[in-house]
Amino acid sequence: MTRLARVAHAGAIHTAYPHADGVQLADGRVLAETAVTWLPPFEPGTIIALGLNYADHVKELARELTLSAKDEPLVFLKGPGTLLGHRGCTRRPADVTFMHYECELAVVIGRPARKVKAARALDHVAGYTVCNDYAFRDYLENWYRPNLRVKNRDGATALGPWLVSADEIVDPHALELATYVNGQRLQQGNTSHMINSIPALIEYLSDFMTLLPGDVILTGTPDGVVNVTSGDEVVCEIAGVGRLHNTVVDDDTFRLHEHRHSDKGAVA
Amino acid sequence: MTFDADLDFAPWRLSGVVYGTLLNDPEALALLGQQVNQPPYKAPPQAPVLYLKPRNTLAGEGSIVLAPNPTTPVRIGASLGIIIGTTACRVPEAAALEVVAGYAVVNDVCLPHDNFYRPSLRFNARDGFCPIGPRRRAEDVSDPDALPVRTYVDDVLVHDTSTAGLRRPLRRLIADVTAFMTMHAGDLLLLGVRAGAPLVLPSASRTRVEIAGIGALSNRLGVEECAA
Repeated sequence: MTRLARVAHAGAIHTAYPHADGVQLADGRVLAETAVTWLPPFEPGTIIALGLNYADHVKELARELTLSAKDEPLVFLKGPGTLLGHRGCTRRPADVTFMHYECELAVVIGRPARKVKAARALDHVAGYTVCNDYAFRDYLENWYRPNLRVKNRDGATALGPWLVSADEIVDPHALELATYVNGQRLQQGNTSHMINSIPALIEYLSDFMTLLPGDVILTGTPDGVVNVTSGDEVVCEIAGVGRLHNTVVDDDTFRLHEHRHSDKGAVA
Repeated sequence: MTFDADLDFAPWRLSGVVYGTLLNDPEALALLGQQVNQPPYKAPPQAPVLYLKPRNTLAGEGSIVLAPNPTTPVRIGASLGIIIGTTACRVPEAAALEVVAGYAVVNDVCLPHDNFYRPSLRFNARDGFCPIGPRRRAEDVSDPDALPVRTYVDDVLVHDTSTAGLRRPLRRLIADVTAFMTMHAGDLLLLGVRAGAPLVLPSASRTRVEIAGIGALSNRLGVEECAA
């Protein structure tokens, strides 16, 4: 029964544990939650994400989709550069008109899985965390959709705060999900409504790709995705797993100015 | 992965992050004809169409590529792999070569599929489907946009092409990719597989992809069920 985080503090990266006053580092120091920089709670290997894995979200998007009920799971991959920790900032580019959060249960693999049947699939799960898998819909194209420009932007996939060991979660398909924007609940769902369950996903994926410890499956989001703008405080919460904070920032707040690459002076 | 011993340190050392590029060949896009304007696509691709080759796909010289069964061919996809040598964020086209440390011969294997609406992990991300072969330092490759690329199946030349004439030549591809996502030292960006890449049944025994000036990568073929 463990909850682990990875944080940066005072020049080093630490393993941290929950504490009544914030977080406790492995060496005993107790710090406020806001006194540390939160990193994703583990170092992910392959990042696998699900689209359209909640029936209500499918209905929400149905007008614009070419979709049939018999389709196989919609899975796509993300690179490591898109990850972000708890209490991070995600940039909303100036030309974007529709950027939305997606609260998702993230399933972390703990044992290699190759052609694993659903009945044994949960034996291969190390634990769970919360994911906010932002999408930038202005960039959507219908080629290998959702395309990476929508789903693989720098710092737009938050994970955390805690990696919660699997033995703490009695039933991963009985968890309430909710997203709050500036304190107002805008998204609500329950992991019992996944179209493809976690065991089914592990069976499907491990049939053609070996899953390794540290690989993570982002299991999709229910309906209620709403546009967010600069300054919005977005909290994705999964009961028993954690509350993941994120702040949306515009290009000015992000201190992003167009520099010519050669002006940086760092290129050999 | 196999490594050239003298390139197994930064910035040539591979990070294991591999991005592939779909439809970078004008001929491949032309083959789709009017389909590109019809559902589900509705318009030709604007930004580069990218996909990841995850770590379970990574393999090296001599590795065995497994078809799921004896009657399903695998697409042998010779591609130039661009080894990124430094943190690359919003790199202008004119400066793109400054972020390239070197090049690799890559066999971007997939199961044939003619629908590109969904990311197709089941076709692209199978175990061992991204053998990576020899690498060369960037300074040893004079024009990466004009390299002959040849594919042999059991020593017969079956695909004779080059890195020239792509929709996005190397510099442009780096600029358009790093415009929205940062790449890091050791990441590989695949320039793309040309139209007409061979579909090979696993009854063949050996494939070899060659990129002139960089090297050759050989792989064996097999069938999953027989591989235990």
